[in-house]
Amino acid sequence: MIVEARGVRKLFGPRVAVDGIDLDVAAGECFGLLGPNGAGKTTTLRMLYGVTRPSAGTIRIFGIDIAADPRAVRRRLGVTLQENVQIDALTPVENLRVFGRYHLLRDPALGARIDELIDFLELRSHADVPVQRLSGGFKRRLAIAMSLLNRPELLILDEPTTGLDPAVRLALWARVRDLRAAGTTVLLTTHYMDEAQRLCDRVAIIAAGRVIAGGAPAALITAHLGRDAVEVDCAAEDEAGLLAGTPPPRHRLRSGRRLIAYVDDPAPLVARITQQGGAAARGMIVRPANLEDVFLRLAGHTLEGGA
Amino acid sequence: MTVSLPHALAVWRRNASMYRRTWWLNLLPNFFEPVFYLLSIGIGVGAYIHEMGGTSYAAFLAPGLVCVAAMNGASFEVTYNLFVRLTYEKQYDAMLTTPVQPDDVLVGEILWAVTRATIYGACFFLVVALFGLAPLPGALAALAVIPLAGLLFAAIGVAFSLHIPAIELFSFYFTLFLTPLFLFSDVFFPLQERLAGGWLWVAEVLPLLHPVRLARAAFGQGGSWLTAAWDVTYIVVVSAALLAWARRAMRARLMS
Repeated sequence: MIVEARGVRKLFGPRVAVDGIDLDVAAGECFGLLGPNGAGKTTTLRMLYGVTRPSAGTIRIFGIDIAADPRAVRRRLGVTLQENVQIDALTPVENLRVFGRYHLLRDPALGARIDELIDFLELRSHADVPVQRLSGGFKRRLAIAMSLLNRPELLILDEPTTGLDPAVRLALWARVRDLRAAGTTVLLTTHYMDEAQRLCDRVAIIAAGRVIAGGAPAALITAHLGRDAVEVDCAAEDEAGLLAGTPPPRHRLRSGRRLIAYVDDPAPLVARITQQGGAAARGMIVRPANLEDVFLRLAGHTLEGGA
Repeated sequence: MTVSLPHALAVWRRNASMYRRTWWLNLLPNFFEPVFYLLSIGIGVGAYIHEMGGTSYAAFLAPGLVCVAAMNGASFEVTYNLFVRLTYEKQYDAMLTTPVQPDDVLVGEILWAVTRATIYGACFFLVVALFGLAPLPGALAALAVIPLAGLLFAAIGVAFSLHIPAIELFSFYFTLFLTPLFLFSDVFFPLQERLAGGWLWVAEVLPLLHPVRLARAAFGQGGSWLTAAWDVTYIVVVSAALLAWARRAMRARLMS
């Protein structure tokens, strides 16, 4: 196991930030920690790389107890923090030089590695522009480049694409896939469910410091909800009539007039709603169920809404 | 946890690479400041003072001002600059994702502050020497006092910076601590000649007084080996005690 956490708790005074988490991440895997802001994702990450001490529990990374030898662990991992921490007056190449020295990298190895990363993250056109003049997308590429200087076996990404435009997100996802293909283990946090579904082999959904569900994204969806979601406008009192004569949905969610029914086979329900016509049929959407729905079901509120 | 010198030097180099980019902007004021002091107070005010401690007033001022320059050089680094790196830029949080540990950060910052103090102090010394106010070669011994003064004020400043919650509090540090030290620590007048017998210990408490007295001895303006030994002991012991305190605070602020 690359990451092995057992019964990890963290209290800040009386507040419980992380409430007994177990994690196992195998070599070569991409693992996602999902949850709303304040769920305990960042605190969990900080404990994994050894800058926050757990109040209880044990953490081993690469089989090494992080509390006993944080330097040995951090030599072999890379972390992209949620906020980009860069020196604004320096260029990407200069920032990479400064950061490479924290890993005791020296020329010519350092220069060669920087050159590789500038290409890998497509920073060449902006390699000599001071960071203060870079767009958010380029700053994020640089942040990821900085966390790859030491060729980490484990890459930890804290909300890698929050606030970025779709093109940059696609580019960064492609880089994460490249790294995985080269054997890097990836642990990321996100509150974007599409990101988790595209990148992660397994996820753990965290709410209020606890893992409330875990597994492969597709398996989680079928286990908790059903393959598809059928959304219609329908008042609560008309719900029974609308669904009559169809196999009962695996699960139903209601938000005001909006009804979401989760089914493994949407055909009978869609046929029934279409046949009845009216507002329900006009506003109907059929889509694959996703992790966001799983979170709604398990936590009883939306991800963006916060814990 | 122990300090790793290579990692501490990586932190030092971070600051050095920032400084080097604008070195002439940083260095130039260091040359002008002593010129202004020597012209205004040394020669301007000095014209009304026949002699001070057996020498001209400008020559009396010279060793003290060299130490003040070192004090200022170290103080700016470990106050505003360090606090911004710690709280606003979160530079240390990024360093701690690498093998760098809080102790390395502290040692790297102290080394850098001492470097900065040495640059400031050495510039001042050079100007003083060009004015013919440093009796050479004896006064060269004052160059060894500069990093000591830097260490002392780096330790005091970093201990303060790591224990305050808000950047506004630095105005207290500069106005209520460094400014009185500057004015009363034997730089402009021999403090101990103005204190009543029972109050001489007050002078010994002031941190700036010790490097100033050492520099004055190097400039051939009195002093004894015994006093010099006490001054060096004061600087080393006070620095060590404050750094031990700062070390705990640095860990507490960077790790939770």
